[in-house]
Amino acid sequence: MLATIVPTSTWYLILGAVLFGIGMVGVLVRRNPLIMFMSIELMLNAVNLTFVALSTKLTDINGQTAVFFVLVVAAAEVVVGLGIIVAIMRRRSEISVDDLSALKG
Amino acid sequence: MELFVFICASVMVLGGALGVVLRSNPVHAALSLVLTLFGIAVMFVSQHAEFLAAVQVVVYAGAIVVLFLFVIMLLGVDRAENLETEPLGIQRPLAIVLGFGFVALLVTTILQGRDSLNMRGDGINVASDGDHDANIRQIARSIFSNYVVAFEVTSVLLIVAVVGTVVLARKRKSDKDLTGVTA
Repeated sequence: MLATIVPTSTWYLILGAVLFGIGMVGVLVRRNPLIMFMSIELMLNAVNLTFVALSTKLTDINGQTAVFFVLVVAAAEVVVGLGIIVAIMRRRSEISVDDLSALKG
Repeated sequence: MELFVFICASVMVLGGALGVVLRSNPVHAALSLVLTLFGIAVMFVSQHAEFLAAVQVVVYAGAIVVLFLFVIMLLGVDRAENLETEPLGIQRPLAIVLGFGFVALLVTTILQGRDSLNMRGDGINVASDGDHDANIRQIARSIFSNYVVAFEVTSVLLIVAVVGTVVLARKRKSDKDLTGVTA
């Protein structure tokens, strides 16, 4: 009986929503900028999953093309973000986003 | 069978995601991220997006997570951080309530709108016995015809990112003077 149940696109969309929520909580709760970046990657992946699920459901290849561009932008974003983190951490030993309150004028 | 694959991949994805958020050691969090990314790749395969599954593994697991681990090791922050102390007491419960509310909102929207999802595209070519690379060819046709300008702009974006990172990570002379250490 279980074998006859086939996961529909709704299941994938709900999983994407839950994954996005976990990533959002991660960004809001954690103070380590590296972990916050990983949480942002989680959110990007949730969106990618949603894109592919809808692309399959709507039989439209453009959803998968969008995921391709999201991957490229995510790679560029991580490179620049980690560069900024390395540049900050060279000055400060503690790794916490709270330290950036020192930028306040 | 598809149900089994879906359940296994869901466990991978959600377990990895919770690991990223809850583990106190950044290295463990990065490895949990790999688990999530592989689970997503499995889901791409089960939805006949083979090209994206391969790109997902190569770019995310192969490049981005390795970059994360590089930076963690480079900065020497690979020790567990204290998660018990929380400077703002209300932030954590508020964030969890916000997260649950947002997920509830999204799920309600999905369940409300699922009946309005109809096939409206030109169709997706699924790999079959005689045609193994239908997915790749269809994506390539889409990228290099409809989205060729965006594709070219992407190369500019990557060059800008590389140059920006080199500028950011370069060791300036003033740094050396301030700290007195050469790395």
